[in-house]
Amino acid sequence: MAVSLREYRARIKSTESMKKITRAMELIAASRIIKAQGRAKAAAPYARELTRAVSAVATFSNVDHPLTTEPADSRRALVLVVTSDRGLAGAYSSNVLKEAERLIEKLKGEGKEVDLYTTGRKGQAYFKFRERAVVQSWIGFSDQPTYDVAAEIGGTLIDAFLADDETGVDEVHVVYTRFKSMMVQEPTAIRLLPLEVVEGTEAPEQGELLPLYEFEPSASEVLDALLPKYVQSRIFFALLQAAASELAARQKAMKSATDNADELIKKYKRIANQARQAGITQEISEIVGGVNALADSNAGNE
Amino acid sequence: MAGSLLQVELVSADRLVWSGEAKMVIARTTEGDMGVLPGHAPVLSVIIEGVVDIQTPQGETWVAAVDAGFLSVSNDRVSILSERAEMSHEIDLEKARKDLERLRAAGENDDEANEAVRRAEARVRAVERAS
Repeated sequence: MAVSLREYRARIKSTESMKKITRAMELIAASRIIKAQGRAKAAAPYARELTRAVSAVATFSNVDHPLTTEPADSRRALVLVVTSDRGLAGAYSSNVLKEAERLIEKLKGEGKEVDLYTTGRKGQAYFKFRERAVVQSWIGFSDQPTYDVAAEIGGTLIDAFLADDETGVDEVHVVYTRFKSMMVQEPTAIRLLPLEVVEGTEAPEQGELLPLYEFEPSASEVLDALLPKYVQSRIFFALLQAAASELAARQKAMKSATDNADELIKKYKRIANQARQAGITQEISEIVGGVNALADSNAGNE
Repeated sequence: MAGSLLQVELVSADRLVWSGEAKMVIARTTEGDMGVLPGHAPVLSVIIEGVVDIQTPQGETWVAAVDAGFLSVSNDRVSILSERAEMSHEIDLEKARKDLERLRAAGENDDEANEAVRRAEARVRAVERAS
């Protein structure tokens, strides 16, 4: 009994140190998520103004731009999967990968070839393990993406979309995790290219007319410069959402890990105490038994 | 439109750099410098790497260095969008000068290098103009 008591004490100790780690990770994720949300909020004005400008151009000129033209028959699709660099975030990465698989299946079902692009180590590792070709992957920024990274990714995707030869793709999809609230994050797939110019993410209020803009130098040149930036801003938005979701998922996962560690410690403590009590009881009964045996043998001698 | 003011927002990709009221805004478009006063017709134009001047009603001048982007004016609302934008007081002049020298010394002559030089120049000019 004494051996298992020592064993339980060691287990309690290791669970306690594990709990300390998960607790620290929970707190770190919680503090970072506020920063991530702040970044997402700070990036909102740019996205808003850009969307406004794009819908202004779209409304007042005949949008005819390579980035918005629907290809006659689409044979090749590009999928960008936004995952995290590090694990210990619960089902975060596997959820987004599952969504990506679903989209890839769907695209293949429509007879399209699929080119894969990933961000984050988890996505890279997932496809590498399954020996599936990934055209390009970016890593090292999943919890705090910068605009430069988004611009680089956007540039690559636009180049792939505009390329005329065999490597050119006809549509571009992005799979990322939308941050709905601290508790709910939703893997989402959107079609990025060809662009569907919607009238702003927030519909203009009734009666509010967009002003009649003049374009300098010309509507088509403004559009040329505007649309790539719009694409990059959408990607940046996806990366920021994914970062916030990753941190929220990690916080949730680490919170439940801490709670589980608490449970385990409680359970082990009960068992250890039982073992200790059993040991004491046994010792007492051994002593009592010994004394009785001595008393009996003494009585026999008299 | 005497008495009215411009509502200015200078926005970079990751934050709102400056916002407030102004009497006049000057920015460099692909066609040359453009000044915007209250009552300006709605316009959407492409701006290039350069300096943006904002004159407030109190007579202060705010200067910012911006990257390529857009300027949109409508109903006395001016928004300047640029992937990167910095106010002059946020720029380290020494560092900006060094960057400029280094870029010039590199002497590369493709579009990208020229763009980088223009960007560095704009940063130095922004600080010099503000002081």
